[in-house]
Amino acid sequence: MNPIQKVQQELDQIERQVALIEANAGQNEGTRKQLDKLQERVQILREEMKGLQTAWQKTELARHPQRPQTLDYIERLFTDFSEIHGDRSFGDDAAVICGMARFHGEEVLVIGTQKGRDMKQRVYRNFGTPHPEGYRKAIRIMQVAEKFRRPIFTLVDTDGAYPGIHAEERGQAEAIAYNLREMARLEVPIIATVIGVGGSGGALAIAVADRVLMMENSIYSVISPEGCAAIMWRDATKKELAAEAMRITATDLSELGCIDDIVPEPEGGAHRDYEAAANLLDVSLQKHFAELKKMPLPELLSSRYDKFRTMAQYFKTE
Amino acid sequence: MAWFKRESGDLDNSGKKTVRTEGLWVKCEGCRQIIWKKDLEENLNVCPKCQKHFRIDARARLALLLDDNQYETFDGNLSSTDPLKFVDLKAYSSRLRQAEHDTGLKDAVINAQGKLLGRPVIASVMEYAFIGGSMGAVVGEMITRAVERAAETKTPLIIVSASGGARMMEGVISLMQLAKISAALARLDKVKVPYVSVLTDPTTGGVTASFAMLGDLNIAEPGALIGFAGPRVIEQTIRQKLPAGFQRSEFLLEHGMLDAVVHRKEMKPYIARALDFMTAAVSRQPSAVSTS
Repeated sequence: MNPIQKVQQELDQIERQVALIEANAGQNEGTRKQLDKLQERVQILREEMKGLQTAWQKTELARHPQRPQTLDYIERLFTDFSEIHGDRSFGDDAAVICGMARFHGEEVLVIGTQKGRDMKQRVYRNFGTPHPEGYRKAIRIMQVAEKFRRPIFTLVDTDGAYPGIHAEERGQAEAIAYNLREMARLEVPIIATVIGVGGSGGALAIAVADRVLMMENSIYSVISPEGCAAIMWRDATKKELAAEAMRITATDLSELGCIDDIVPEPEGGAHRDYEAAANLLDVSLQKHFAELKKMPLPELLSSRYDKFRTMAQYFKTE
Repeated sequence: MAWFKRESGDLDNSGKKTVRTEGLWVKCEGCRQIIWKKDLEENLNVCPKCQKHFRIDARARLALLLDDNQYETFDGNLSSTDPLKFVDLKAYSSRLRQAEHDTGLKDAVINAQGKLLGRPVIASVMEYAFIGGSMGAVVGEMITRAVERAAETKTPLIIVSASGGARMMEGVISLMQLAKISAALARLDKVKVPYVSVLTDPTTGGVTASFAMLGDLNIAEPGALIGFAGPRVIEQTIRQKLPAGFQRSEFLLEHGMLDAVVHRKEMKPYIARALDFMTAAVSRQPSAVSTS
């Protein structure tokens, strides 16, 4: 039995006991004390469970089909959302959503990748994997936002940039590279949040930001666990090992110094309660947004540069 | 009973009588011809028959680009700390040791400062033999330092890519190098110091999706594999065979993704020409058009 099952079993047992005691408790002082004690123990075990979740379990949560997506958050966090389409040179990529919106009354730009929920939507959104025109649309509109001094919020939930023939023909790599360079010097505050899956360069291409946040059960990695397993172990079924080895959870990234903050999720994950998840994200976004707004522009830009410049310096000098 | 009898006893086995041909000849993968290795080397490792460009290592590349093979290297003392303590079928730390032993380098890039046909340049040259030229924290830092040095000293920058992309054994740390280098290149761009990106076989993944595609000029050697996703990944995703020549330099040129495809022999003069074009106008300030 793995440790998680063990804890789960104990939890179930305690909950049964609690129900039993509650049923014939009445106003007895001693019984109430006992109840409090048990409830405390439940809390402790729940916390423990969180810590015991494996990287692969987190991956499954991050990919949960019912997990709230970009549009779910846009609906709950912003008002007056009006979408802007197209890259003005090839097409409109439905995997990337861009639009004007208001965040607590302030004009902002929202950009996010959208996976889609049912099969029809998923095909329409290309499963949330953008083509170059998606990235070009994003940067084009970010530059409009910059011109009119509007802050940018991005929501990241993508397995990565689409690896296909047309994507290559139209310069997937160039589109991503260009975004990385231009986002580094955009003269407005940018907050990026990984809400589900942060898939490699395709995620980073909209996540070079002053604040990079990760939802508690999201992942952010250089390659999918399956991809890593297929290459490094020559066996895609070693995905659980790969997920663990690559350190892809929010706590991992925080410890490695690659993100700025972790956004808590409701009990059991964001898919359990959309409203609660959106509220928790709202609190976090407001906090970081308030901090960024106080910073003068030169300081904002230099601290964004310094953050990435000094990030993840895991080397030694001999 | 044998018809003939050996009269002088055993055969004389002392001394080598065989002619060693091993390693003297190479089969060209392009035209399937057998080439004398010396001919190949004299021709800059380009097949004299079909012009296929063979891969060359970072030192050979520097010898090719910088005058008299004279240059000063810098930041070569950085090495990885194996931040994830990554172990797959083999430990990353032992892969690093092996690569260091094989290449004599501490990681997959050499930073050098020298002259290209008399013009001072900073060159970062990637070494494919070091774990597939993959980019982790060390490569990211070294290239960033080269970019910063170029910006500070206003010396033109050349980065020669040869890489499979981000280094998986350093996970998301490798990914963050893309952002770091690209941010540094934004600053280089601002101070108008020329940057020529040279893409060689192969350049894929995170390297293409960051600095390799951000040059003022992006030029490639003929026939180099250049792309974002590797061909195998694409084939698995779309479940189709890829067309011949897909993701080769000429394919990218045709699709407008490269500024030029330049023969190895022409590379040095081409870059020199480009640097003349890009440096003169910047130093001469006010007039809109540079007249020399």
